[in-house]
Amino acid sequence: MFKILKYSFYDLMRSRWSYVYFAFYLALGFVLLFLNNDVDKAIITLLNIIIVLTPLIGTIFGVMYYYNSKEFTELLLAQPMKRNTIFLGQYLGISISLTLSLILGLGIPFLLYGIFMSSAIFDFGLLLVVGSFLNFIFVALAYNIALSNSNKIKGFGYAILMWLFLAVIYDGLFLISLMVFNEYPLDNFSLLATMFNPIDLSRILILLKLDISALLGYTGAVFKKFFGTNFGLVISLFVMSLWVLIPVWRIQRKLRKKDF
Amino acid sequence: MIQISQLHKKFGKLVVLDGLNLDIDAGGIFAVLGPNGSGKTTVIKSILGMVIPNSGEIQIDGKSVLKKWDYRNQINYLPQIANFPANLSVKELIAMVKNLRPKESNETELIELFALTPFLDKKLGSLSGGTKQKVNIVLTFMFDSDIIILDEPTTGLDPIALIHLKGIIHQEKEKGKTILITTHIMSFVDEMADEVVFLLDGNIYFKGSIDDLKTKTKQTDLEQSIAHLISKQYV
Repeated sequence: MFKILKYSFYDLMRSRWSYVYFAFYLALGFVLLFLNNDVDKAIITLLNIIIVLTPLIGTIFGVMYYYNSKEFTELLLAQPMKRNTIFLGQYLGISISLTLSLILGLGIPFLLYGIFMSSAIFDFGLLLVVGSFLNFIFVALAYNIALSNSNKIKGFGYAILMWLFLAVIYDGLFLISLMVFNEYPLDNFSLLATMFNPIDLSRILILLKLDISALLGYTGAVFKKFFGTNFGLVISLFVMSLWVLIPVWRIQRKLRKKDF
Repeated sequence: MIQISQLHKKFGKLVVLDGLNLDIDAGGIFAVLGPNGSGKTTVIKSILGMVIPNSGEIQIDGKSVLKKWDYRNQINYLPQIANFPANLSVKELIAMVKNLRPKESNETELIELFALTPFLDKKLGSLSGGTKQKVNIVLTFMFDSDIIILDEPTTGLDPIALIHLKGIIHQEKEKGKTILITTHIMSFVDEMADEVVFLLDGNIYFKGSIDDLKTKTKQTDLEQSIAHLISKQYV
């Protein structure tokens, strides 16, 4: 598996898009920090960007890599290797290279700014952890969609729809349901609904760490009570891990029956 | 060497293999022929474990290969379309495939034969179709395996490369290898194959030597006899 991982990783690391992605985060980090001069504000802006952009890039890279390397994957399948090994290697190769672009791209400007001197180091760390999780989650989801659709256009369409749903539409539905049912106690509902969307979960996790939960109003208090504690943090990270593990498990299952 | 019994495969509602039985003895060149969509590639991919049959059994040297993977170490496979990671160089790709197979390889000779030395450091994404096919051939023949499976090996090759390819296939045959080839180029079959396996409607329609085929169809040339066999499908 590590051999496949290594080559997928090399292949992607040399692709122009990895550099563009890396350069984008690098520029973003520098601009936000050195023009703004406020780490907390920079982190909130970054949060808004990371939460929408990492899932999008992860989805697109995942789907594209799968379809572009289809013939090469067939060549690998004819080698003495298990199917699981090949796909797990590719999956990790993509996820790790994207995560590296994110961590290095944002890490370098923050290091130069002197993040280690500041108290925001934990918030920043959490931001990177959440961003990395989102990479792993959305590449896995994209691979699931690509494996289930042999038609490239369809696969691409579904993947983008999936991202759109989780990044935008889900929130809309969530808000509408809060409006419609606002006469009922909705604390547990909203907690649960947050758990079912990795993007929302990441957002809430960081907002609460930043101590601006007052912005969230009444529900904010409930959330603070849950997510603000270490217990909430552990549970959230656990749910995020499930968001990685369940799609990966489904990839393995799908592979057992798949024809190439 | 390879025994296939009662192999069934459906893609959705389309029945591609319908209880196919095939025995291939060790040694010799076998041409797998048939009209488009007759299941040639499906048979080959089933042997390689890339297509998972609905039912049936495939054995190599008396051992079942379904759901196994290590038996592929004794099979060399040339896929139909060659497409490699665009950002790796030819050298790295060869190193990678060598790395994946615990086996001796003799790629240097083949690289010289196909004049690929100037391309070794080039990215695979920048190579032409024919050059990619040459790389594909090097990857296939650099290992010493008992079974060699070639899916449309002549695609995109220039005449010199084609002569070299034929030479290599002959050499391998001399060494007693079992070689399966699918192609639509009948002159290639006429020149190379010891035996012809003709697939039609998911079954073996004919298996035997080229001369047998000509006698059976009462034609004097291979292309005509194959056309004769295929035309039955259109009646």
